[in-house]
Amino acid sequence: MTNKKYDYLVKKHTPKEDKVKYDLIAFLVGGLLGLLGETLIRVYIMFFDISRNDASTYMIVTFIFFASLFTALDFFDKWVSKAKAGLLIPITGFAHSMTSSALDYKNEGPIYGVGSNVFKLAGSVIFYGVVSAWFFGLVRYLWEVLV
Amino acid sequence: MYFINSFLFCGLVCLIAELILDNTKLTPGHITAMFVVIGAGLDAFGIYDFFIAKVGGGALLPITSFGHSLIHGALLAAESQGIIGLLMGMFDLTATGITAAIIFTFVFTLIFKAKD
Repeated sequence: MTNKKYDYLVKKHTPKEDKVKYDLIAFLVGGLLGLLGETLIRVYIMFFDISRNDASTYMIVTFIFFASLFTALDFFDKWVSKAKAGLLIPITGFAHSMTSSALDYKNEGPIYGVGSNVFKLAGSVIFYGVVSAWFFGLVRYLWEVLV
Repeated sequence: MYFINSFLFCGLVCLIAELILDNTKLTPGHITAMFVVIGAGLDAFGIYDFFIAKVGGGALLPITSFGHSLIHGALLAAESQGIIGLLMGMFDLTATGITAAIIFTFVFTLIFKAKD
């Protein structure tokens, strides 16, 4: 059997993941979260009589709270395995990664377990976020000063 | 209009991420880090501010807005403090999110245990 034929056979028998279905779910879940975010902002503005900026902060904190709580209650993981990017790309994914790695390493103690592993995944977001924000900020700043 | 835009924008960002996730070997970790960098890059030219003005809440939710908030705080501080402001103001706007995530994680880790 030639390599080509083998590759073809492997391809033929690998179960096809229904990619379109996952794409649609991610779009819908992400979209609904966005809709919920905007709704929460409106609700907070109405009930607490605060500015839109403050309401946005409240909204973000609300999302972080529930993502963290649902992760600790152990059913967020199941949702993530279905919705994937739909839940990981919004700020819920950030909170989820922190709480889940903290819980995973809880039995290794408070310092070398929870403390040093809590930013295991979220750390790269903060690290590269700061590096790129600093770089782009410097470019923008120099551009405004010099030009 | 904000509601429809929020749905479409947040949904589209997640859809793009899902497409990258499905069709390449990149992990969710790669993609979130990439999106933060993209968010910061877009805000350097004021594009992300335009999104937020048009979309509202849906633009604040994806992780791209984290990068936007980082550079936004840094540039705001740089306006008043000079170049050192880039370092001083970096976490000004994101502090709430990061602190909230740390506190909630701490509390819930105290209460709950990981179920295998």
